[in-house]
Amino acid sequence: MIYLLLIPTLLFFAVFFILPMVRLFFVGGSGSLGWSAYGEALTNPVYVESMVATLAVALATTVATLVISGISGFFLQRHRFPGRRLLVSMLTLPLAFPGVVVGFMVIMLAGRQGLIGQATQALGAGKLVFAYSLAGLLLGYIYFSIPRTILTIMAATDKLDPKLEEAARSLGASNYRVMRDVILPALKPAFISSGAICFATAVSAFGTAFTLAARINVMPMVIYTEFTMSANIAMAAALSFVLGTVTWLVLALARSASGATVAAAG
Amino acid sequence: MKTNRLILSLQLIFTLAVCAFMVLPVIMSALAGITVNYFIGLESGLTLRWIVEVWEGYGDTIFRSIGISLACLALTLVLGVPAAYVLARHQNRITRVFEEMLMLPVAVPGLATALALISVFGGMGGFRTSWLFILVGHVLFTLPFMVRAVLSVLLALDLRTLEEGAKSLGASFLQRFFHVILPNCRDGILAGALMVLTLSIGEFNLTWLLHTPHTKTLPVGLADAYASMRLEVGSAYTLIFFLMIVPLLLAMQALARPRRRKFIADDEPAHDLVLLKS
Repeated sequence: MIYLLLIPTLLFFAVFFILPMVRLFFVGGSGSLGWSAYGEALTNPVYVESMVATLAVALATTVATLVISGISGFFLQRHRFPGRRLLVSMLTLPLAFPGVVVGFMVIMLAGRQGLIGQATQALGAGKLVFAYSLAGLLLGYIYFSIPRTILTIMAATDKLDPKLEEAARSLGASNYRVMRDVILPALKPAFISSGAICFATAVSAFGTAFTLAARINVMPMVIYTEFTMSANIAMAAALSFVLGTVTWLVLALARSASGATVAAAG
Repeated sequence: MKTNRLILSLQLIFTLAVCAFMVLPVIMSALAGITVNYFIGLESGLTLRWIVEVWEGYGDTIFRSIGISLACLALTLVLGVPAAYVLARHQNRITRVFEEMLMLPVAVPGLATALALISVFGGMGGFRTSWLFILVGHVLFTLPFMVRAVLSVLLALDLRTLEEGAKSLGASFLQRFFHVILPNCRDGILAGALMVLTLSIGEFNLTWLLHTPHTKTLPVGLADAYASMRLEVGSAYTLIFFLMIVPLLLAMQALARPRRRKFIADDEPAHDLVLLKS
């Protein structure tokens, strides 16, 4: 009887998600190419190149974000000092900035009138402008991913059992050994789950690339261009499915790699 | 000991640098929004001209976004809270599949969801061009956040004992739901509500394809202003967006801080924040 409470949500999902997704799958096979549109999405050099660029940016985002958030998150959770709470607030405030706003933040930093350009110009090295390229997109995705990753790392650090570290130390382990053999393995599930989210976000996000430039050839931009410029909705649908599968796979793999933790994280 | 000190100061300096990276562009953009001429700098003077220009040109997007986010909150509450209750009471294959389904719109790229919606409802003129079309997308995307926030609180409660207690005193199902369950998951509902409002106000990936010229939301207007207006106007618009969203984020941070433990055993509010995806 209690399952009746699920019916409104099930209906909503059936009408507005499941049905449209099934329809989209068939739309993908309804263009001039027929069902081979899906093959085309996986093999056409233009799309493959764009997929490789997308995955490369996502991987770089994940690595950079994990390193940065790992260092700062661990530090902030382990040490109490005046101003700490303010630092945590500042680091996590951009948490819900949409991709478009993050893109604008990148322009503020690395655009034509950006802070970085002004600094390099003042140092006599010429104006460094990279906002409107893959490097700018990478900067944006890192900016976007840091807040939530730091939160996960801090929560995981808080749950570490200090007794294990004391035991290791009492057995003569150096700081480095404690870090490598006790702390990092214990934080691994948090790294995997938040890394997967960084990766999935960077693969599927659209707003940042849209704000920075139409020339950045990552998958979401390609899909958007197919849909609007070439009005090739079949190809856009096929590419969306490929991209959606990649994102879903990354999240599912991470979930099975780190156990229940990622179930709660995405 | 000395190397320890050195390592600590390096970590602190590093963390301060990361903070600067996060906060400087926000400050710069806020300043640019009230500067007469950003290319000259602050010495050109401060002005509210750009804010007024945004208000006149894009005021409707602000109110539309607020309206959609409130409607989205209402729907996610009505759909999500009962769903979370079922998931908390029964953990079996059916509810696991259901949970997996709920998460799909977060895992699948927003563009794909939007294209799918258009492929079915694109031909229905009235629905396609109304703000309800955008609302549907927002509900799909935000519902899992509400469910998760409420679920994490419910799972930490001893639901069965609470309900049996109420039942033995003669409370009907509706009485139990409204007078026992709901008050006990207030924190989860509040956390979920803040999350839903924040996400809905900032949603762009879906909305960009779902909107029509008469249903522009705030982020759609932002993208438009970034592309076609001068930097100061884009900045002023961003400033208005910050003023709307920062109170919500601060409230979320306050709520995520460890609370006194009463009935709730061991929940992880920080985790809900982590789910976010733009």
